[in-house]
Amino acid sequence: MASAPFAMRARGIVKDFDNGGTSARVLHGVDLEIEPGRLTLLIGPSGCGKTTLLSILTGILTPSAGTVEVQGVCITELRGARKARFRREHLGFIFQQYNLLPALTAAENAAIPLVADGMPLAEAAKRARTTLARIGMADHADKRPNQLSGGQMQRVAIARALVHAPSVIVCDEPTAALDEQTGRTVMEILREIASDPSSAVLVVTHDNRIYHFADRIVTMNDGRITGELPPPRAPEPLHA
Amino acid sequence: MNLVALKMLLGDRAKYLGLVFGIGFATLLMSQQVSIFIGLMTRTASQIMDVREADVWVMHPRVKYVDELEAMPDVDLSRVRGVDGVAWAVPLYKGNAVIRSNEGLLQQVILMGLDDGSLVGRPPKILMGSLADLKRPNALMIDRAGHQFIWPGEPLSIGRVVEINDRRVEIVAIAKASPPFVTFPVVYTRYSEALRFTPPQRNKLSFVIVKAAAGVEPKRLAARIRERTGLQALTWQDFAWRSVRHYVERTGIPVNFGITVTLGFIVGAAVAAQTFYIFVLENLRQFGALKAIGVTDFQILRMVILQALVVGVLGFALGIGLCGVFFWLTRDVPALDGFVLRWQVIAGTAVAVAIIMLLSSLASIRKVFVLDPAVVFRG
Repeated sequence: MASAPFAMRARGIVKDFDNGGTSARVLHGVDLEIEPGRLTLLIGPSGCGKTTLLSILTGILTPSAGTVEVQGVCITELRGARKARFRREHLGFIFQQYNLLPALTAAENAAIPLVADGMPLAEAAKRARTTLARIGMADHADKRPNQLSGGQMQRVAIARALVHAPSVIVCDEPTAALDEQTGRTVMEILREIASDPSSAVLVVTHDNRIYHFADRIVTMNDGRITGELPPPRAPEPLHA
Repeated sequence: MNLVALKMLLGDRAKYLGLVFGIGFATLLMSQQVSIFIGLMTRTASQIMDVREADVWVMHPRVKYVDELEAMPDVDLSRVRGVDGVAWAVPLYKGNAVIRSNEGLLQQVILMGLDDGSLVGRPPKILMGSLADLKRPNALMIDRAGHQFIWPGEPLSIGRVVEINDRRVEIVAIAKASPPFVTFPVVYTRYSEALRFTPPQRNKLSFVIVKAAAGVEPKRLAARIRERTGLQALTWQDFAWRSVRHYVERTGIPVNFGITVTLGFIVGAAVAAQTFYIFVLENLRQFGALKAIGVTDFQILRMVILQALVVGVLGFALGIGLCGVFFWLTRDVPALDGFVLRWQVIAGTAVAVAIIMLLSSLASIRKVFVLDPAVVFRG
């Protein structure tokens, strides 16, 4: 695979949804590049098309027009199992609602991408423990999701996104369900991940409390990229 | 992902147990009812199947099944014996009689009169006494179920004297006979004694049972006997099936059992399909997450099929096990004598359970397949 200056690149993305016979366009020719070694925030009001764009960037949705390249591979040309395999090898996902399997332990949940790739569960869970330890969850590796707090569950989700060393990590509102302190902890972890020059982190968010963690903030409105904001400075601690 | 699928299944213990017990109940209902139905239908031909020496049964042309009797004149025995290919042919009497025990109990019985010389037509197993004693005058053999029916709770014993159609006879042996469809006791005596015990009638020859000569095919011999004598002649298999078919076609028994078995299937399918569907529905976000992460549709399909397979196999094993235990526990109950769990019933029920699980998982699989993984991005 040829190395590219960007981890992910979208060109001319258009998405139309069939709405009972009429077509509704939610993305109007979006161009976006996500660079490795940076934490990029994608912000915008509800309904502006962020989630649709995220789904297309990760190959979950197919655009009506345009192309998406990840690590130089045009994923819009991939189909079915090949696309799924590409996703599980090159992308890591962090969801707002964590989406952990309640019957599995934290280590087993974090191991899912490896298991999906054919690694036996026990071996994959062993490897996932290392990832959990990296984000301070070593003591919780054997707990099930119902024994964890929201922040801990999100950290397990982060471990699941990291365990197979993907080149791009996409996060959908990762702090929306968390209190401020826990959200900050999660963002610090993502910030650290983004400091690795081989990883890119893309975060879709509404949460203006986390803007200062970004290297870059892309704004979106009405299905279009409207520009970029300079990342604000981190707020001063209340008790210095 | 197989282990993940199993952990997902076992993790939701209430639904998992609900599924296993639902399938188990359906399996039990289907296998037990079909076994009892087959046992009942087999009983309709049990007296034919007990006469193992005979290849061909000859009877009056108007006889439709084994319990419908129209006697032939004795001369028909000689006519049958005169047909080429007959190794031997002996008479068999079958009729109803009433016996009175010393205690004064009146009981209707099925009276079988066996050939005086060979005693062909005797039941397969003698439990007490000697078959040779049946050659004594006024001797009677009774089947075990009949003994238990007339003298409940008493140990099997020979030497009792009873009256049969007002003639005193001694029970000289007790046999293990296949139970008949009607629950009357079956008693055996010699043919000549049976004629003596029963009221005078012009014709008393119920059946002629025939052994084909070596190298003669029973079906061909039956056709030849029909052609030469004008009597009705059937191989024992054909006669047995005709008797079974009569009860199947002329009684409401198959409809009744059919309804129960169908209900078992429907209830099992409904419980399993609904529970399995809800199980998948509740895990839909998780399946969506798996799809988003990169688990392929084929992997998901395998997961759902494995879950259905595990539930199906465990439920089936539970149901068949319970059915087996039922028949084992009731093996000595006279009313259920001959009712067993046959391998054919096990195989048939397995197919029914497989269909139930297939139907149950189809709706769930479809739901997972059409699931848009983008659902995980919606809070």
